[in-house]
Amino acid sequence: MSGQTDMILVDKKGMRIDGRKTDEHRPVHIEAGVLSNADGSAYLEIGKNKVLAAVYGPRECHPRHLQDPTKAIIQCKYNMEAFSVSDRKRPGPDRRSIEISKIIAEALERVVLTELYPRASIDVYIEILQANAGTRCAGLTAASVALADAGIPMRDIIPAVAAGKADGHVLLDLNKEEDNYGQADVPLAIVPSTDEIVLLQMDGNMTRKEFDKALDMAFGACHEIYEIQKTALKERYAVSKEDDGDE
Amino acid sequence: MSEHVISEIKRDHIMNLLKEGRREDGRGVDDIRDIQVTAGCIESADGSARVKLGRTEVIAGVKIIPGTPFADTPDSGVLTMGAELIPMAHSSFESGPPGEDAIELARVVDRGIRESGMVDVKQLCITAGEEVWMCFVDIYALDYDGNLFDACNIATVCALRTAVIPGEQYGKGENRPLPVTCTPISVTSVKIGNDLILDPNFDEEMISSARLTVTTDDDGNFRAMQKGGRGSITRDELSLCLDRAVEKGEAIRKIIG
Repeated sequence: MSGQTDMILVDKKGMRIDGRKTDEHRPVHIEAGVLSNADGSAYLEIGKNKVLAAVYGPRECHPRHLQDPTKAIIQCKYNMEAFSVSDRKRPGPDRRSIEISKIIAEALERVVLTELYPRASIDVYIEILQANAGTRCAGLTAASVALADAGIPMRDIIPAVAAGKADGHVLLDLNKEEDNYGQADVPLAIVPSTDEIVLLQMDGNMTRKEFDKALDMAFGACHEIYEIQKTALKERYAVSKEDDGDE
Repeated sequence: MSEHVISEIKRDHIMNLLKEGRREDGRGVDDIRDIQVTAGCIESADGSARVKLGRTEVIAGVKIIPGTPFADTPDSGVLTMGAELIPMAHSSFESGPPGEDAIELARVVDRGIRESGMVDVKQLCITAGEEVWMCFVDIYALDYDGNLFDACNIATVCALRTAVIPGEQYGKGENRPLPVTCTPISVTSVKIGNDLILDPNFDEEMISSARLTVTTDDDGNFRAMQKGGRGSITRDELSLCLDRAVEKGEAIRKIIG
């Protein structure tokens, strides 16, 4: 978020460098049930982001001292592969990934019926295979689908997307260039059935008017991504029914 | 910060008071606690401030040393922030490397300072591409009674404003004040039941479901936000938090001068 570049990010017609309009998100592709060992999994692409999410559990909680006698806890590990960004990323957790893991777990706790599994842990693993801005939202969107794929009871599934500002324009779903040279970034995740906000961050510089516009765009896009999440789950279910029929 | 049990009696008491718009310590829902700042209290640091926000107390110290710039910003100084929740401050804090609560705290404070451009990092260049001033802010919680986010924000802002670049110590020119441009202030709200309150104390923080920290600049524009906690907030609640952040941010800016 340096806010400075000679590059024109939004042209006079309101077109962005990847051909999108200001209020358009990148193409989203989601596939549920892509791994065999995990209890639930999902693969997601949004633009050039490629993300895998896997869920194990409910299972015994390790370390034990984290156990909650009243409900399950959600433990999330967000991790970027060393080759996911242009410079090699040093493997292992850093402060950024620890913070992102924490807020994603907190967002998911709002929808998972954790009270059904006292003392257990539901472990969510998010691996960023390729990063192009918006990975925490992509990871949370994929994780929600993986949780549903694992058959874990949930009140709803969570879609997430970022809005922001670049070249003075409020934009939906910033790509890498817009994120690097833009002036603000607002990742948002909601519970679509109630429109509650479960994840919200912001950095940069925005007036109240710009922020409200960004939020409107992100809310709209979350509802669109929600439909794609549901379609992915329905497709997964359709396939497994066919398999059953063949046997 | 999150594994402490609050008794049902206490919880009910706080929630019953909130139904009438009252709080245990007599504050209204949008009142913040007294702020006391002791700036420049540590001579061995290049900048420092000890801040009390009610019974919450933190200390921030700045160390500025010459170092190598990042490859992508060869003519800019470096600003980094760390926070430690030391066992002295509360029975629930443990010694050891910073956990996720301390990391989130430091990163939220960092974001507000960084995104506001408070420290003019361009003026921290010694020799472009080779040497720049690196500014380290380390924050320690001393006494924890809720809302470390805002206490640490105020301590960091006050410490940076007193900071001096120690040019003479390193033979890099004269000592000069750290170039600061504005006063970013964070205002944290938490949600208890369906009520939103500002500047929560420990008990209020423990029974809250969601937290929102909003950092504004001198013009009342938004520079950083962070929602935390397992609960959710509605858009109307968000709107109220934003209004209060602008209003109280202005008030805190006046208090710390």
